Amino acid sequence: MDKGYFNLVDFRANGVPYQLFVRNADTLLHILREELGLMSVKPGCENGDCGSCTVLMDNVPVNACHMLAVEADSHHITTIEGLEDTKLQEAFIANHALQCGYCTPGFILNAHALLSHHPDADEQKINEWLESNICRCTGYQEIKEAIQTVQKELEGNG
Amino acid sequence: MTERPLSVVGHFVTRVDGYDKAYGRTKYTADVSLPETLHVQMLTSPYAHAKINHIDTSRIWDVQGVRAVVTGNDFPIRVGPLVADRMPLAVDKVRYYGEPVALVIANKPHQAKAACNKIKVSYEQLPVINSPQEAMQNESVLIHEQLNDYKLQVEGICAVPNTNIANHTKIRKGDMEKGWKNSDKIVEAEFSFSPSDHAALETRAVRAEILPDGRVMIYTSSQGPFYVKKLLSQFLKIDEGKISVQTSMLGGAFGGKGCVQLEFLAYLASKAVGGKMVRLVNSREQDMVTSPVHIGLHAKVKLGADSAGKLQAASYEFLFDGGAYSDMGAGISKAGAVDCTGPYKIDNVHCDSYCMYTNHPYATSFRGFGHPEQAFAMERTMDMLAKELAMDPLELRMINAIKPGDTTPTQVHLNASNLGDLPSCLRKLKTLTDYKETKSKITKEGKIRTIGISAFWKTSSTPPNATAGVILTFNTDGSINLNCGAVELGQGSKTVLAQILAERLQMDMKKINVTFEVSTEYDPHQWKTVASSTTYLAGRAVLAAADDIIRQLKQIGSVALRCSPDDLNVGQRLIYLKDSPEYNMKIKDVVVAYKYPNGNSVGGLVIGKGSHVVRHLTPLDPHTGFGKPGPQWTVGAQAVETEYDPKTHAYRIIKAATVLDAGKVINPALAIGQMRGGMYLGLSWASRESFSFDEQAIVCNPSFRSYDVMRIQDHPDYLVDFVETPLVDGPYGARGIGEYGVIGMAGALANSLSQASSCNINQLPIIPETIWKLTKGDKQ
Ligand code: FES
Ligand code: FES
Repeated sequence: MDKGYFNLVDFRANGVPYQLFVRNADTLLHILREELGLMSVKPGCENGDCGSCTVLMDNVPVNACHMLAVEADSHHITTIEGLEDTKLQEAFIANHALQCGYCTPGFILNAHALLSHHPDADEQKINEWLESNICRCTGYQEIKEAIQTVQKELEGNG
Repeated sequence: MTERPLSVVGHFVTRVDGYDKAYGRTKYTADVSLPETLHVQMLTSPYAHAKINHIDTSRIWDVQGVRAVVTGNDFPIRVGPLVADRMPLAVDKVRYYGEPVALVIANKPHQAKAACNKIKVSYEQLPVINSPQEAMQNESVLIHEQLNDYKLQVEGICAVPNTNIANHTKIRKGDMEKGWKNSDKIVEAEFSFSPSDHAALETRAVRAEILPDGRVMIYTSSQGPFYVKKLLSQFLKIDEGKISVQTSMLGGAFGGKGCVQLEFLAYLASKAVGGKMVRLVNSREQDMVTSPVHIGLHAKVKLGADSAGKLQAASYEFLFDGGAYSDMGAGISKAGAVDCTGPYKIDNVHCDSYCMYTNHPYATSFRGFGHPEQAFAMERTMDMLAKELAMDPLELRMINAIKPGDTTPTQVHLNASNLGDLPSCLRKLKTLTDYKETKSKITKEGKIRTIGISAFWKTSSTPPNATAGVILTFNTDGSINLNCGAVELGQGSKTVLAQILAERLQMDMKKINVTFEVSTEYDPHQWKTVASSTTYLAGRAVLAAADDIIRQLKQIGSVALRCSPDDLNVGQRLIYLKDSPEYNMKIKDVVVAYKYPNGNSVGGLVIGKGSHVVRHLTPLDPHTGFGKPGPQWTVGAQAVETEYDPKTHAYRIIKAATVLDAGKVINPALAIGQMRGGMYLGLSWASRESFSFDEQAIVCNPSFRSYDVMRIQDHPDYLVDFVETPLVDGPYGARGIGEYGVIGMAGALANSLSQASSCNINQLPIIPETIWKLTKGDKQ
């Protein structure tokens, strides 16, 4: 086989260093799921339209389906398995912001990044950030409420 | 049971699957990836109607890793749930854009994909049927030339040979002539919308393996694992006991995962590679068009009322766009007919409901099963009638609301148990939405705010022998395992069932483990997880199993505590004497045999079992529709408030409200979530979701890039309230509620915007362009 089709990537996923040979055409989504077994990263469209594959790259949300694995080289990737701040998870449960749960990791990671960049995001900012993610089960209002609950808690503690 | 206040049922309880989901630990079907698994890729049709002259697969072997290829001739057998009309892989001709034509199996997904592209199919295009009206009128194009020879799978489906009619359901009630004569006002209108999609976020996926002794193992994202087993057994001619179907949790379904499609393909693929484990996962595009879709409809409605607004007569013609194969479409056309009047008393009813074959992707159940579709047409006509009568739309619904003592279109007698209380729902809706009169308000910016309303009802069209079962086993610490065949799709069924059990056994929810996966090997049979029937069917089975446990515990308790079983109560993890609870013993000490101080043991394992079957349902009379299609009717009322800009025809949905007669709300938070989610799905569908077809019936928008869905910035404020009129034989009085939030949304949205724009919006989806065209049309 032509070796030119493959490349070495060196990156961290949830703090763990990995060195992998990947096909140049492999998406980050594919590698995270099939090679690393991080199955919380969900394919929903593999076209950048639904946000269910959202992961954090150096704390910025990206669609893992829209990135090549080779682009992750020397970056830090976080999936929900590696998300240590659990306030959002608890808030999603308490606010019934999840039903089937398929969209949930993507929403939580995106919301986590939002709150770390803009802790006092107003409704419009929340909309702008989470517009990329589709949920087909809830009415979205629950998701927004979950995020706002966490904002209030953070304010209280801050 | 003694009368005591409910401590778990009716209370807020967190979902039993909440933690796994919030932490990303839930495994859906495609999340299991075992080494040695081979990957299947489908080749699908680029045409909507074409003859297949030749398939050349010789070039696929140029691709490394290719293991096998399967085409239609490898399994030329027609399958289907109601009419056996569909070959799993097309043979001789394709009938819709996206139809599976061949499968390639390879070591890696990208290899299978590359090889698929190397298959050459020579097609000869045929004229297409691009709408259900065309299907009815154009008799020269038949989609199924051999419809006559197809096997009907169930009673009550009437396919008409030499036409494109997959099913015709007739309702004939009362005397139409008299009804029209008594009508002072008559309105007539036509309605239409194209097929759309469920678009569950998890695309359908399946793994299959055939073991050396012939056992078939299927792992699938299905709402009906037992149904998959049944159909595979029937069409593959394999004993049911040799087929095992397993379903983990589903990433949404909305009715779309009740069909059996990919399972056949995965079986054929596995067979082609000597029974090895294969995996087939839909891409989003395939999930949208290759797998079944949400049905389209063209409807004609005519309503007559006397001058006081009392409905006198109603006639309906429904042409459902069932697509290329009938799947559940034939059943949807029946379900739409049996409830065609909506929740109103009408004595004279005439309905012809057809499921038409067209060259569109084929339809299967969608949340609400024929009702959101039928209700859109009916509720719009009600508003048109209200306008004609110069009457308030809510008032018109109130005076015609169906009540105990009335009959349904198929002449089922309604009573205070099998029918919910619509007038109470309408009254609550009024308060909830602050509904004064429906006249629009103009905002400072010149936008028009309007509330539109709708009312709905639905029965669960289950087969007359739909069942569910439950098995309860104990752990040695006294905690309990609940096994049943209900699939968790996000609706929260597993939580609700655990609550019912906790209530009956007076036990802490934390001491109940619910198995999330369903396996046809170790779970008791359940028809399907559809039709909002799980709380009722499986809930009743839970109660029966709990009572079975209580009986056994009292039996053993009576030996150990030296009294009669009748003297005992069970609860709080104890078996105790009713009048002197200080005489008690721990449940955990008897569930794996009770041991006397001297070491002798009695009892054995305590294992509970329970089941329930729907009662007294009958098939419909083919000439009049007379018959009992479902056990009970849940009713409700809804409202949508919009803010419409008359200059641009753009609008925002401000509020959406539902008041539902739930019988008994078992878990308020889950029930509210179901209503919100239902409203979202209904509004997203009515406001933007639709497939667009070109002249050749090709779907132009099979992806989330071009198929629009509501996103977070679009959501309205959701208002939810309940009425509780108990269903006497429901668990704690509960009725089915899962589908209902969706039903009246399209009607309420269209009513609101029709009023705001002063034109009749009788088609979906309602995008600004739809309104613009209508207002322009009115002016010309
Ligand atoms: S799967 Fe990546 S955005 Fe949809
Ligand atoms: S919870 Fe199912 S898609 Fe969001």
